[in-house]
Amino acid sequence: MTTRLSTSFPFPVKLSLLLAGIFLGLFFLVPLALVFGVSLASRGTYGGIAWIATWENYQRVLDPLVGTIFLRSILFAGITTLVCAVAGFPLAYCMARASRQWQLILLTLVMIPFWTNFLVRTYAWVLIFRADGILNTVLIWLGFQEEPLALLFTDVSVFVGLVYGYLPFMILPLVVAIERISPQLEEAAFDLYASMSAMFRHVVLPLSKPGFIAGGVLVFIPSLGAFITPYLLGGGQKMMLGTLIQQEFLVSRDWPFGSALSFGLMGTVLLLWFLLGRTSYGKDAS
Amino acid sequence: MKMVSVCVVLLTLGVVGGCSESSTSSSESTSRPPTLYYFTWSDYVDPESVANFEKTRGVRVVVDTFSSNEELLAKIQSGMTGYDVVAPSDFMAGLMGRLGLLAELDLARIPHVQHLEPHLQHLPFDPAHRFAIPYLWGTVGIGYNADVVTNPPTSWEALWDPQFSGRISMLNDEREVFGLALRALGYSLNSVDPQAIQEAKQKLIVQKPLVKAYTSEQFDQLLVAGEVVLAHAWGGPVARAMRERPSIRYAIPQEGGTIWTDCLAVLASSQNQALAMDFINYLLDEEVALLTSQRLLFASANRHVRDRLPADIRDNPAVYPPGDVLPRMEWIEDVEGAIRYYDRAWTELKVQ
Amino acid sequence: MKRLPRSFLLNSLMVMLFLYLPVVILIGLSFNASSMGVAWKGFTFQWYEKLWMDQSILDATVNSVIIAGVSTGLSLILGVGTAIGLEKSQGMAMPWVNMVMVLPLVIPEILLGVALLMVFVLCQIPLGFGSIIIGHMVFNLPLTVVIVRARLRKLDPAWEDAARDLGATSWDVLTRITLPLLRPAIWGAALLGFSVSLDDFVVTFFVGGPGSTTLPLKVFSMIKSGITPEINALSAVMVVVSMFCVGLSWLFQQRSATAASESSSL
Repeated sequence: MTTRLSTSFPFPVKLSLLLAGIFLGLFFLVPLALVFGVSLASRGTYGGIAWIATWENYQRVLDPLVGTIFLRSILFAGITTLVCAVAGFPLAYCMARASRQWQLILLTLVMIPFWTNFLVRTYAWVLIFRADGILNTVLIWLGFQEEPLALLFTDVSVFVGLVYGYLPFMILPLVVAIERISPQLEEAAFDLYASMSAMFRHVVLPLSKPGFIAGGVLVFIPSLGAFITPYLLGGGQKMMLGTLIQQEFLVSRDWPFGSALSFGLMGTVLLLWFLLGRTSYGKDAS
Repeated sequence: MKMVSVCVVLLTLGVVGGCSESSTSSSESTSRPPTLYYFTWSDYVDPESVANFEKTRGVRVVVDTFSSNEELLAKIQSGMTGYDVVAPSDFMAGLMGRLGLLAELDLARIPHVQHLEPHLQHLPFDPAHRFAIPYLWGTVGIGYNADVVTNPPTSWEALWDPQFSGRISMLNDEREVFGLALRALGYSLNSVDPQAIQEAKQKLIVQKPLVKAYTSEQFDQLLVAGEVVLAHAWGGPVARAMRERPSIRYAIPQEGGTIWTDCLAVLASSQNQALAMDFINYLLDEEVALLTSQRLLFASANRHVRDRLPADIRDNPAVYPPGDVLPRMEWIEDVEGAIRYYDRAWTELKVQ
Repeated sequence: MKRLPRSFLLNSLMVMLFLYLPVVILIGLSFNASSMGVAWKGFTFQWYEKLWMDQSILDATVNSVIIAGVSTGLSLILGVGTAIGLEKSQGMAMPWVNMVMVLPLVIPEILLGVALLMVFVLCQIPLGFGSIIIGHMVFNLPLTVVIVRARLRKLDPAWEDAARDLGATSWDVLTRITLPLLRPAIWGAALLGFSVSLDDFVVTFFVGGPGSTTLPLKVFSMIKSGITPEINALSAVMVVVSMFCVGLSWLFQQRSATAASESSSL
């Protein structure tokens, strides 16, 4: 059965489909194909592209040096996602079970910091973590510390920055998923003498899975390719995938290698997406 | 038809914005004034001088910034046309000239070229000033907090001192960082020997656990904040940090390091080459350069500025290196194909 | 009746505090008279004055608004129709089409930025306003489609069927039934698209050109050159503006909700 576009579409819809198709084809699919093409080329002497075909770039992607960066980025992204899930679930639950009034208020409250500029928000953490920053000033003032803690430009500061940037992406899908769980199921569990924690373990958490998956994807993928947060909070120390790609393009000017890395990144992302798509959306057909 | 009105509103915003954007610049909005695009180091932006030029010439100057030579080259190479005046460092100016990215300068439009400091007058990468004119110059050394680092550093090895672990910062610049290590090992910082580069890399890997951050822009803030007590630094920002925190000093190690000059050049693709050259001449003008040096704390290429500066700037080694230092300094030069060794080693260093 | 575990409420409160901590600090520091560091040196408005005088920031803001307006507007125009068309289409290729439509939102931005840069460079398209708008549309268009489709799915097909039974043409059905019913989704897409475009850094960083500096790019270069207090003032202003916009959209939603409830009681 071939694809059938309903003939009862009015003209504007058909036109939109056509134009959108052309636009995305031209400015999305073609660029991606170009990235792949360039990844098979060589670097010019002074940077840029020399159109000499080679597999060398992918060889370099697979070598242990880059492999370390890949793994480290995946680890960072994974931990960030985990922390977001753990920190975000209780809030999401409260929001989902709140009254309409409260829900709107809480939603707005969660979104407001998110509406401020990403860079500015991340930069605020620099001000907090610096040796003369807020956190250290408070700790010393309260007498907990004599010397300032070295918090900035560490793994911790990068994690905090990443979690802070992407937490709303975890909270919102969770709220949507939890809302779908009928409160009657929870009531039923209590009627059957389940404790609070048992109820959560056996009823809410399993049924929230689609929310976790959606939120997880929305947090993991950007974290994987993040380069602003590691740059501002990592002090040029921690080479992550996003940082490396940016460096290859804008510093080393090795476009073919940068393209190969980007394609590797995309491959990882797509793989993840397919795997998750199989597990959740296969069952949850609605 | 609410949806239509929404779209109309948004597009109108765009159009109105577009119209107002072209008229916010000039008060007489009859015709659009010529616009000059200046691409320079984030440290070099001096809004007052720029505004003065705009007023006297009736033009508009738009300033964009970059933070490393490689970034500049990457942007220009990727076809970012539209810039008129750029500020590459010495070796980068030479490289860009050879790649045909820079326009030939008409020195008749830039009479101030006659007022250059003696040691800047016939530099190896462009002796006849065909492409680039030196603008600001200085050295690379160690900025340190004298309260904590009680023995003034005399060698680059000071940056390897485990006593200050976690309180050391290095520049985020491939050539500078490797240049430092090469000099510390006794090689030239323009070495093309892969062996030497590997040695330098190993030395830097040993240092890495001690390094708080690799940053080219924030080391002055970090020094002031006390986050860092030893910083691989360009002189100017250290001089500015000294004002905030008097215990900060600047030292040039005995092995010597980089002497640099950032130049002004015109892009070959520029549509406003004559205006661009006038702007370059303007920036080198004694009065303007004097104010620039006073505000930014960088040494001017115009030799007449030196004597007119207040003593605290003129005698500050972070701004004007003492005469005896100059002989042991080395200019960074383009290493052509060998840059691949540096690139690879730099990435390897960062991955540790 | 809310049976919320106390630990949950505590956690929620802490998370909220966590979310607002940086914002509050930025606003607080924007009034600090110290030009470096966070030690309090007195209350001042000077950073706000400096901000107001700074032409480059005003230019960047104008640029951001123009780009956001145009890219969101164009995305809406194309996106609504596309969403309707896709939702009603069937066939074997549909899952693939759906995937491609969502892909720009899923892949990391850096990949998008880099890919677009290469296309523009190799096709010799000048980098500037146009390239940024195109770049923003590449993620705004799918965003619009996703939001509108989500709403379309919830629409009761009975409305359209009834209209058709009463002899309405497909044009009528579109303009007098479907679009009005989609209004909240269209607003949502407009607001979200606008704010995402306004906030975008990565794609703009790669495909921006001379003189097309947007606010995020300007903030980035300010952060790099360390002009601290002006950024704080700028952030405080941006927070207040965002709150204002959110308040406005909330008002709109209230109005359209009451209007919808009135009109639905047909």
